[in-house]
Amino acid sequence: MHAPATQPRAQVKEAGVLAEFDTDEAIMEAATKVRDAGFTRWDCHTPFPVHGLDGAMGIRQTILPWLVLGAGLTGVCAACLMQWWMNAVDYQFVVSGKPMWSLPANVPIMFEVMVLFSGLTAFGAMFALNGLPLWYKPQFRSERFRRVTDDKFFVWVDARDPKYGEATAFLSGLGSNHVETVKEVIE
Amino acid sequence: MTTSWTEEPLPHNTYEDPTHRPPLVTGGHTNHSITERVCSIVENPPTKAWYVAFAISFSVLGLLGLMIGYLVITGTGVWGVNNPVGWGYAIINFVFWVGIGHAGTLISAILFLCRQKWRTGINRAAEAMTIFAVICAGTFPGIHVGRAWFAYWMFPLPNQMEMWPNFRSPLLWDVFAVSTYFTISLLFWYMGMIPDLATLRDRAKHPLRRFAYGLLSIGWSGSNRQWHVYERAYLILAALATPLVLSVHSVVSFDFAVAQLPGWHTTILPPYFVAGAIFSGFAMVVTLLVPCRHYFNLKDIITMRHLENMNKVIMLTGMIVGYAYATEFFIAWYGGNKTETFAFINRAFGPYGWSYWIMVSCNVISPQIFWFKKARTNLVIMFIVSIFVNIGMWFERFVIVISSLANDFLPSSWGYYRPTMIDVGTFVGSFGLFFTLFLLFCRFLPFIAMAEVKATMSEQRHAAHRDGHDGTGAPAHGSDQSAKPAGAAV
Repeated sequence: MHAPATQPRAQVKEAGVLAEFDTDEAIMEAATKVRDAGFTRWDCHTPFPVHGLDGAMGIRQTILPWLVLGAGLTGVCAACLMQWWMNAVDYQFVVSGKPMWSLPANVPIMFEVMVLFSGLTAFGAMFALNGLPLWYKPQFRSERFRRVTDDKFFVWVDARDPKYGEATAFLSGLGSNHVETVKEVIE
Repeated sequence: MTTSWTEEPLPHNTYEDPTHRPPLVTGGHTNHSITERVCSIVENPPTKAWYVAFAISFSVLGLLGLMIGYLVITGTGVWGVNNPVGWGYAIINFVFWVGIGHAGTLISAILFLCRQKWRTGINRAAEAMTIFAVICAGTFPGIHVGRAWFAYWMFPLPNQMEMWPNFRSPLLWDVFAVSTYFTISLLFWYMGMIPDLATLRDRAKHPLRRFAYGLLSIGWSGSNRQWHVYERAYLILAALATPLVLSVHSVVSFDFAVAQLPGWHTTILPPYFVAGAIFSGFAMVVTLLVPCRHYFNLKDIITMRHLENMNKVIMLTGMIVGYAYATEFFIAWYGGNKTETFAFINRAFGPYGWSYWIMVSCNVISPQIFWFKKARTNLVIMFIVSIFVNIGMWFERFVIVISSLANDFLPSSWGYYRPTMIDVGTFVGSFGLFFTLFLLFCRFLPFIAMAEVKATMSEQRHAAHRDGHDGTGAPAHGSDQSAKPAGAAV
């Protein structure tokens, strides 16, 4: 209402640089060079997982499989305990003279619960490790970036990268057909 | 687009040449044209054919609602079940639908682990089929308990009676197996769809569409750091779904095998059920995809090679099933158990003999035509055989459930089971549920796993360059690596 006219409400600042490429071969080459040039806060955006790009970018193996292993083991133990406590301790009843507790009858549910826990963890960990869901990214401000889910390949260098100052010039030298600075409005 | 669904652009990509890998996407597609083709199904207004199909399916779904409503209000007496046949259509339909679901998981998970790249054209639709088939299957145990409002007693929930379910019962194993199977299939399906939902989001013109697809695609930006984790998670889900799918139908077969009844109490049931499930599921995939690829103009992506491969699987699993039928008879004789021997002779020549021979002719005899390549690549023949297999596999469950219950140990307690019109109506209605969901899927979600198809095209292109040709048998493109001509080649 009474905000002084001299103080701007919104601030425009650079969020990063996008360089567009046409093929997966081109982005692979570009990624290798960006990695070797020592950029640290950068990413490649591709319409499909490009084989070998992880290596070209120098991405370390994710810990996701270990989380899944932990969840699977938890599932087996939880199912075993649950069945033992529910049928052999808390609510005992005789079925066709079978023992109150015997492992074979309880294996199918132990297996199913193991798979259930592991699957939920694999799914949940994919979200958590990727920081998803995250509906906003500065890249989405670029009109051309919409084709990243179609047929275009992009290298993105974030403005927070220590070498960001050289980024535009460096990316232009990689044979990209379009280099664009993405600006973000901070309110 | 060809004029009729029975016509096929020639030449096919069904040749086997060890020096040339046949292309999995024909028609000179680029990454962009794949996007255009697949998204057009969702973005163009629905055709008249879609509306007609949807109207019919939705009406049949209404029939299911009526039947279930009547059942819940009145009680299970409206069904044909009674002593001695206490399990009728409900369990038959349950096993039938769960079995159909298995092909989707086989295609999406097992073929993925086996690096069978042709799966990418069909996996999305097959997984959708799995989800919807399991929904149909899950309906039946829910209403079969009689007092459907107590269906939650199947789960180990704390309650005021301080009772717990019986974990030594295969029926409870089934609850866990099927609900786990549904959950994992749904996660696998949704996760596979995220990149393609992002494609729809980025192309959406209407703000509502952009919002809906934007919400579902959780801000996917194709980041390679995210692809890395995503691919790991996808691989692990595939590795989990593989033993899971084998376990689910094994557990379903335990419902029978763990009972003492002659004809049920056999150790062959788990593998025999799993093979039958894959058999029936592949048949349903062919039934769905033969018309879909025509109406959605997808003959370049779901090619004749895909269909031929599926027909080969149908023939193989059909023979496994036939072998299992023969083994059952052999063991019934060789085992020397009189009631067991009788149970099997009674299956083929007793009061339900007619259903046995429908089963054998549909499941064992009809797929044999696929020995001939002409038949494997003929759309009319494969469609008819797939319908036969669907019918045959329903009758397989009918034979197993009904003939064993109707004629067990004591002739004094024998009976003859007849379904009522409510039974039949519920079964027909379940098809309404299935097709309504499938048609909605076609309309609103990406029918083809675009990102996976593009990745496969890229891999085939690179492989072809390594081998010095482009994969189609046409002259190589040399060192030209630009996406367009090389993409066109695969």
